[in-house]
Amino acid sequence: MNHTTAAASSATPDRQANRVEALPAAIFLVLALIPAAALIGPESYVLGLFTRVMIFAIAALALDFICGYGGLVSFGHAAFVGIGAYAVGILGAHGITDMLVTLPTALFVSGIFAYLTGTVCLRTKSVYFIMITLAFGQMAYFIAGSLALYGGDDGLTVRLRSTLFGFQVLQNDRALYYVVLLSLLGSYLLCRSVVYSRFGRVFRGARENSMRMATIGFDVFRYQRVGYVISGAIGGFSGFLLANATEFVSPAYMSWQRSGELIIMVLLGGLGTLHGAIIGTAAYLLIEEVLGGFTEQWKLIFGPLLVIVVLFARGGLLGLAGSIRGRLSRE
Amino acid sequence: MLLINDLHKNFGGLVVTDGVTLDIGPGELHAVIGPNGAGKTTLINQISGLIAPTAGTINFKGVDITDMPADQRAALGLARSFQVTSVLPGFSALENVALAVQAHAGTSYRFFGRADRDQTINDAANAALAEVGLAERGQIAAAHLSHGEKRALELAIALAMGPKLLLLDEPMAGTGREESKRLIDMLRRLKGRFAMLLVEHDMNAVFALADRISVLTYGRILASGAPDAVRANPQVVAAYLGEEME
Repeated sequence: MNHTTAAASSATPDRQANRVEALPAAIFLVLALIPAAALIGPESYVLGLFTRVMIFAIAALALDFICGYGGLVSFGHAAFVGIGAYAVGILGAHGITDMLVTLPTALFVSGIFAYLTGTVCLRTKSVYFIMITLAFGQMAYFIAGSLALYGGDDGLTVRLRSTLFGFQVLQNDRALYYVVLLSLLGSYLLCRSVVYSRFGRVFRGARENSMRMATIGFDVFRYQRVGYVISGAIGGFSGFLLANATEFVSPAYMSWQRSGELIIMVLLGGLGTLHGAIIGTAAYLLIEEVLGGFTEQWKLIFGPLLVIVVLFARGGLLGLAGSIRGRLSRE
Repeated sequence: MLLINDLHKNFGGLVVTDGVTLDIGPGELHAVIGPNGAGKTTLINQISGLIAPTAGTINFKGVDITDMPADQRAALGLARSFQVTSVLPGFSALENVALAVQAHAGTSYRFFGRADRDQTINDAANAALAEVGLAERGQIAAAHLSHGEKRALELAIALAMGPKLLLLDEPMAGTGREESKRLIDMLRRLKGRFAMLLVEHDMNAVFALADRISVLTYGRILASGAPDAVRANPQVVAAYLGEEME
């Protein structure tokens, strides 16, 4: 991480918060208007695409929270998404679809998974942390694949989207879209609040200098574990939505490629900004969609693109926009 | 206040602390001096809990803290500064100190409400900054402070913890003449408010401030006593002071 940008970004949270306030607002405004715009085009395609974008944006937010603010690079975050999705799938297979049951289950199980794995992972640092989160992610992946009762490697179909008091509130794609939008907004506001709270200050401080934090009097490990659980539960939340949107659950949701994609999304948008995670996710999935339309080998084009972003725009797309704006205003 | 009894620390075959026994009374400023490699920083690291001793005990305020983690020792009132500046570089000076206030004022498991708008914490943090002469520099990122300012910030962080005992690991290290003079004045003002263990190479500072001095060589206490007695001790002069005092 570039030292001066790190200094600038957390040194003046107040100013920064006020400066970028407009951008997150614009993002959510655009997302709120998309269903209306979709009326003139292939509506269900557009709705489906952006529902997907927003769901993965929630997972990317969760990752940006621990990665960008806690300095904990998790390479197994797709596991939480998968666990949330499987909560919906497995309960659904037993005829339980009410979200008053499925949602708390998704959050609880992914949170517990984060707590248990975090207890082990957080004893390690840097590259070892990355490797061990990857290992736990793969463990979850293979366990899901071995659930013969629930489709094994093939996964299982979600026959009925989650209901509320027996009403099929998510059945309509447009309704689902707005629920997902509100979920994204809620997740974003939650992460923001936590980042700037007392807890968040400790969490961010641990990234800066954990030995100093210990001698000030903070049990760094426990704070990081709480942060990890928050992030894991938000990941599980996105999995809950994903299962409802795709009406399908499979171990592929947990594969390490998915975890890697989440990291790319966060880096692409700009690490440690939260709304950058939303932009990065949208950029990633839309590029995938557009390039994928031309050629099967879209990653051949996307790869160099990503290299360029990482090389020339350290702060991701947000950083790029910032430096362009800075250059323009100077001239 | 602090009682260290027969402390030993070996790194493999290397003996760094070799039977150190030392005590600090309430409000006392006890200086530890000695040549480079004598084990001064290792001693402070063991007291603050960053390194576990091989043998011996450390007792603080009547509690055996020998095996206590660093954060719990800090909660008991044990604060320290580092020889190599250790602050949170990306945080503003104010936030660095605010964290230290926060650590000892209520819970930090609060997830809502902006911490930087907590007036009680900010007031206490600003007071600590003012005490070390950084009142005007609160909004500057710690990474952008001058070396002397960083040393002062270290001290402000320690002060904000409301310490009972302050461990100072070469607070004057790398500072210029003017700055070290200011730091000496500052420590003199603070003297008596809490006990201090001062490790320092600057003999002017040590003899100006210390109530008692212990001389550490090769991990052992060579001599311990009032400044004048230590200064007159022929063994000390031979081992360490001789070169320093000229």
